Amino acid sequence: MSVLVIAEHDNASVKGATLNTISAAKAIGGDVNVLVAGAGCFAVAEAAAKIEGVAKVLVADNAAYEHQLAENMASLIADLGKGYTHILAPATTNGKNTLPRAAALLDVQAISDIISVESDDTFKRPIYAGNVIATVQSADAIKVITVRGTAFDAVAAEGGSAAVETVDTVADAGVSNFVGEELAKSDRPELTAAKIVISGGRGMQNGENFEMLYKVADKLGAAVGASRAAVDAGFVPNDMQVGQTGKIVAPDLYIAVGISGAIQHLAGMKDSKVIVAINKDEEAPIFQVADYGLVADLFEAVPEVERFL
Amino acid sequence: MKILVAVKRVVDYNVKVRPKSDGTDVDIANVKMSINPFCEIAVEEAVRLKEKGVATEIVAVSMGPKQAQEQIRTALALGADRGILVETDAELQPLAVSKCLKALVEKESPDLVIMGKQSIDGDNNQTGQMLGALTGMPQGTFASEVNFADGKVSVTREIDGGLQTVSLNLPAIVTTDLRLNEPRYASLPNIMKAKKKPLDTTTLEELGVDAAPRVQTLKVEPPAERQAGIKVADVAELVDKLKNEAKVV
Repeated sequence: MSVLVIAEHDNASVKGATLNTISAAKAIGGDVNVLVAGAGCFAVAEAAAKIEGVAKVLVADNAAYEHQLAENMASLIADLGKGYTHILAPATTNGKNTLPRAAALLDVQAISDIISVESDDTFKRPIYAGNVIATVQSADAIKVITVRGTAFDAVAAEGGSAAVETVDTVADAGVSNFVGEELAKSDRPELTAAKIVISGGRGMQNGENFEMLYKVADKLGAAVGASRAAVDAGFVPNDMQVGQTGKIVAPDLYIAVGISGAIQHLAGMKDSKVIVAINKDEEAPIFQVADYGLVADLFEAVPEVERFL
Repeated sequence: MKILVAVKRVVDYNVKVRPKSDGTDVDIANVKMSINPFCEIAVEEAVRLKEKGVATEIVAVSMGPKQAQEQIRTALALGADRGILVETDAELQPLAVSKCLKALVEKESPDLVIMGKQSIDGDNNQTGQMLGALTGMPQGTFASEVNFADGKVSVTREIDGGLQTVSLNLPAIVTTDLRLNEPRYASLPNIMKAKKKPLDTTTLEELGVDAAPRVQTLKVEPPAERQAGIKVADVAELVDKLKNEAKVV
């Protein structure tokens, strides 16, 4: 067996989700190789070579891969992937964008968002917003899989010494172009990697009120998230959304503020170790999953939480 | 410009689905079925493009049982011009669906294919990307904005770090995210009119599609249940519990 893991990176550093994906690759077994495709990404390849358990790093350094355009990435992954039994990528927006396209080029039915490895061809994955867990078995010769990061412990970023090999294949389909990016800048930890997450919902009433959550977050070293309702209402940007179709988080502590707890939101956070809910509606479904529930007006409770910490 | 919009019949998003007691499948007997919410956004976007004069014709397509006609009729009531159902009772996985769509793309030659980024039953998020691979068309997935200029489509995508904009040659594929638009409700006159719009039916055999499943579901089970915890009286007690009982702050 041999597993090709597609590294998540920004041409400067390896993103944490890669480490969780390598953990899933190790659970499958066999040699683990990592593909770093980007432009000016040699530092990423060197960092990837140090990750625990990596046997070889392939680096495809070309302008065609700079922004991870799916058309170009999928061709490269399908081409290199032919030599492996498994191709894995993190279930990030990048992985979800490129990997199914690569799978179809290989005539493979991809498996999305696995949460456990049962054997080299059998995996568990959530369906119906996490209300059902399916155990699925692939009959394809190559298994193409995206991995839910929160379900696998990260491997160590240091300790390995893999060989780095350059790949010369250039796949430029020439049908798509990168125009621009608006990336959120924050000194707070990444949502999917934070040990503590505090999220606001429709009850926050507007974007300014999220300032209360930012204050608590900064005291706790927490990341700040939001429910779909808060994002749809324009309180905060889309990259803060936690839920079935947003980010999946599983921190040690999740604090839900003014969030009612629709199943689509629960799908994104119910694997958190400890859940706190602050909501003035004591019938809110969020209390059914909360370890500690506080029925209170959030505009009084949240500043008080900040003072008590 | 001609738009092909793909819609899926799924369990309504308000229904909490449970596994059957024997664990072989989910229990969806007598459950309310609806058009997948992301597909509804796709239909709405197509209709808005037609209203703006960008699109001239909208073809709504679906694959599934005879009853999936209902979801195509919903799309027709929202403003699509005609429908095509690939009728089958077989379980279709995303690769098979994208093969059906490829066959329909070859027949219809649309300039744009719009569909939801994922369906809320399988949560796969694959079909649009796979159709891209099979047809060579570029893809703008997880779209929150779609604009046309100079024979290209510019798609703003919701990505983990924020937003990304790509420019795609036509024909292209767009998959919709939640914030692309807010779908309208179909009016009663439009629902009546939709009943008279043409809806063709075809089959996997006629399209020459091998839809054999590649992935087998061995069992389904409920997720580990979380027990509701306790209610605390005030913030002081909450912070005390977090510090001394749960030890997470």
